[in-house]
Amino acid sequence: MSAKETPRAIKGFKDFMVFLRGELKPKGKIFTPFNVISVPVIVLGAVLIVYRFITGLSSITNLSQEFPWGVWIGFDVMTGVAFAGGAYILTFVVYILRSEKYHSIIRATVLNGFLAYVFYAGALVVDLGRPWNIINPVIGNKFGVNSILFLVAWHFMLYMMAEFVEISPAFAEWLGLKRVRKILSSLTLGAVIFGITLSTLHQSGLGALFLMAKGKIHPLWYTEFIPVLFFVSSIFAGLSLVIFEGTISHRVFRDQLDHEHRSSHNDIVIGLGKACAGAMFVYFFLKVLIFIHGQHWSYIYTPMGIWYLVEIIGLVLFPCFLFLRGVSYKNSNIIRVAAVLTMAGIIINRLNYTVIAFKWYVPLPAHYIPHWMEIETTLAIVLAEIWVFRWIVNRMPILRRPPEWASEEEKLQERPKFSRRTIPQWKKV
Amino acid sequence: MDRRAFLKAMSVGLAGIAGTAFSATRLRAEEAGGHKEFMGVLVDTTRCIGCRSCEEACAEANNLPVPDISDESVLGKRRDTSVTQFTVINRYTTEKGNVFVKRQCMHCCQPGCVAACLVNAMQKREEGPVTWDTNCMGCRYCMVSCPFDIPKFEYNSWNPRIQKCNLCWDRIKAGKQPACVEACPQEALLFGRRKELLVVAKRRIYQKHKKYIQHVYGEHEVGGTDWLYISAVPFEQIGLRTDLGTTAYPEFTTGFLYAVPIVLLLWPAFLMGVSYITKREEEEEMRGGTR
Repeated sequence: MSAKETPRAIKGFKDFMVFLRGELKPKGKIFTPFNVISVPVIVLGAVLIVYRFITGLSSITNLSQEFPWGVWIGFDVMTGVAFAGGAYILTFVVYILRSEKYHSIIRATVLNGFLAYVFYAGALVVDLGRPWNIINPVIGNKFGVNSILFLVAWHFMLYMMAEFVEISPAFAEWLGLKRVRKILSSLTLGAVIFGITLSTLHQSGLGALFLMAKGKIHPLWYTEFIPVLFFVSSIFAGLSLVIFEGTISHRVFRDQLDHEHRSSHNDIVIGLGKACAGAMFVYFFLKVLIFIHGQHWSYIYTPMGIWYLVEIIGLVLFPCFLFLRGVSYKNSNIIRVAAVLTMAGIIINRLNYTVIAFKWYVPLPAHYIPHWMEIETTLAIVLAEIWVFRWIVNRMPILRRPPEWASEEEKLQERPKFSRRTIPQWKKV
Repeated sequence: MDRRAFLKAMSVGLAGIAGTAFSATRLRAEEAGGHKEFMGVLVDTTRCIGCRSCEEACAEANNLPVPDISDESVLGKRRDTSVTQFTVINRYTTEKGNVFVKRQCMHCCQPGCVAACLVNAMQKREEGPVTWDTNCMGCRYCMVSCPFDIPKFEYNSWNPRIQKCNLCWDRIKAGKQPACVEACPQEALLFGRRKELLVVAKRRIYQKHKKYIQHVYGEHEVGGTDWLYISAVPFEQIGLRTDLGTTAYPEFTTGFLYAVPIVLLLWPAFLMGVSYITKREEEEEMRGGTR
C-alpha cells in the first residue's frame, strides 16, 4: 500500500464538511450542451411540481376519472422499474454465479438501479394525491395486506435498502472509511440474495396490479400471466438499459476507465446481447402461447391488433433477431441498435397496460393523452437522475477501479478463500 | 466465513419473509363482512319515472351541491357519477320506451377497490357499505380496480378525497334507510337484507315473467353486489355492463398472492445453494492453480 493511497483522513464533523464542500464543487466544464439543456428543464420541472402540490393534480396533468393513471405511473414507475431490472440480473451473474466478466460494470449498474428506484419512487410521490400518507403502509396506519400494491410498496422500500447496501462500499471508499467499508462489503451477498428475491416479486407484482383491471385492458394484453410477462420482460429491459447506459458512460466517462476495462467492454456488450436474445425469445414464446391459447385471432384485424403486432413483431421479435445477429457477428453496434429498439418496445408495452390499451374503447379526445407538463416533469426527473449519477461517478469509484487500499484489503481478507470477484481479470494477467 | 455468510444471508431472508409473508394471510375480501348478511337496495327500473328525487336527497345527505331536479335537460345526455354527485339518473331510449336507471356505487360483496387498497382506506363494512377513510394516500388503484368505475378522485384539490356513495352508512347504523331510498316516491328502490331483496326480485320476475328479463343484475355479477337491478329490457341496453363475469375481482389476484410466500422461501434458498456451489468451484480452481 503506497503512502498516497492511504484512506483519506476524515476525523470529526469539521473535516467532513470541508471535504464535502470540496466535492460539491462542479468538476469539468460548466457550459456543456447537456447542462445548458438539462438545467432549464429541471428547474421548470421543479416549479411545476411545487405548483401541482398547491393546486392539485388537474393543474398539470390530463388525468381524469376514466384514466386514473397516466405517464407518471406508466412511464416513470412501470417502465423505470423494468429498466432498473439490470441491477438484479447482473448482481445474480456477478455475485451468485461469480462470473468475473461482468464485474467491471456491476457498480455502475447497481448505482443506476438504486437511483432509478429513488427517483421513480420519487415520481410516485408527485403522482400520489395524498403523499403525506405514503408512510401509512409502513407504520401500520392500517395494513392493506390483501393488496398487491401493499406488497409492491414494501418491496420497493426494502429493495432500495438492499441496493444501497450493495453500492455502499463505493461510498465508504469515497469517504475513506476503512472499517465501515469492511462491514458493508461483508453484507453484500446477503443484500444480493434478498434483492434478487424482492425484484422477482415486485417486477411481477407491478404486472399483477393490472389483474384487477379486467375488462378495461384490451384482451390482447390482458391475461392471467401478466405477472410472468412483466418479470421476463424486466430481464431484457434491464439488460438493454445496461447496454445503452454503458455505451454512453464509456464515452462520457472515458477518463475514468483504464485500458483493460475499455477493451473488455465489447465482450461484455456481446455477452449481454446473448442474454437479451434468450430472454426475449422466452418472452416471445410466452406471448405466442397466450395468444393462441386465448384464441385472439379475430382481434388481429382491428387497429389494436396491428398495434399489438407492432409491439410483438417489430419491438420484440425483430430486436431479438438483431441481438442474435450481433452475437454471431460479434458486432456490438448491431446489439446497441437492438437494445434501443428493445427499450422502445418496453416503453410501449408498459404504456399499453397503463394508458393505450387501457380502456381502448374510449375514443379520442376523451382518451387520455399526457399533458406536456406531465412529460416535462418526467424529463426533469430523468435528467435529475442523470445529474446525480454523473456527480457520483465523477467522485466515487464506480467506473474506475477501487482505491488501492480497498482492493489490498479484500485480497488480505479473502486470501485463504480467494474470490474471483475481488481480483479483477486484468490483475491476474 | 461460509457459515457466517450463510447465516447472515439467511437472517436477511427471514427478515424479508417476516416483513412480507403476512401479505398472504388474508386473501379474500369476502371474509371482511363476517357472517352477517349485507344490507342492499333493489332497483326496479320499470318503476322509476326519472324524477331525480334520489339525486336531491343524496346531495342533501352528503352535503353536496343540490341539483335542480326540475331541469330535465340533463337527462338528454349520458351522465356519470362525479365528485359532487354520488348518484345520477340516466334516461335510456329502448324498444319499451324510456327507461330510467339509477347509477351509484354497487357495493360489491367482494369489492375490487377494497382488495386494491394498501392501507385499508376502502373498507367493506359488516352492514354492507363500502366506505372510504382519510388514511388514503391517493394512489387511485381503487379506481383502476373497480369494475364499475365508481370511485371518483378530486383532481383539483391539494388534499383530494375519493368520493363515492357510501350507502349512507351513518344512517344505516342509526337504523334508518339510505337517503335516496327514503326519497323515492315510486318505491322503485327497496332497502333491506340482500337475501330478502333477492327473494322480492325473483318473486316480481316470476309473477310478471313476461314483463321482466329473467335475471337479477348483481346477484352473481362480479361475485355479487349489494345493489340489485331488475329490468324489462336487456341490461346492456340500459348501461349496465354484462361482460364483467361472475368472478369476484379480488380473486384475480389470489393466485399471485399465494405464490409470494413460496417465492420468498424458495428463491433465497436456491440462490444461496448456487452461490455455495460457485464459491466451492472457485476455491478448488484456486487451489489447483496455486499448486
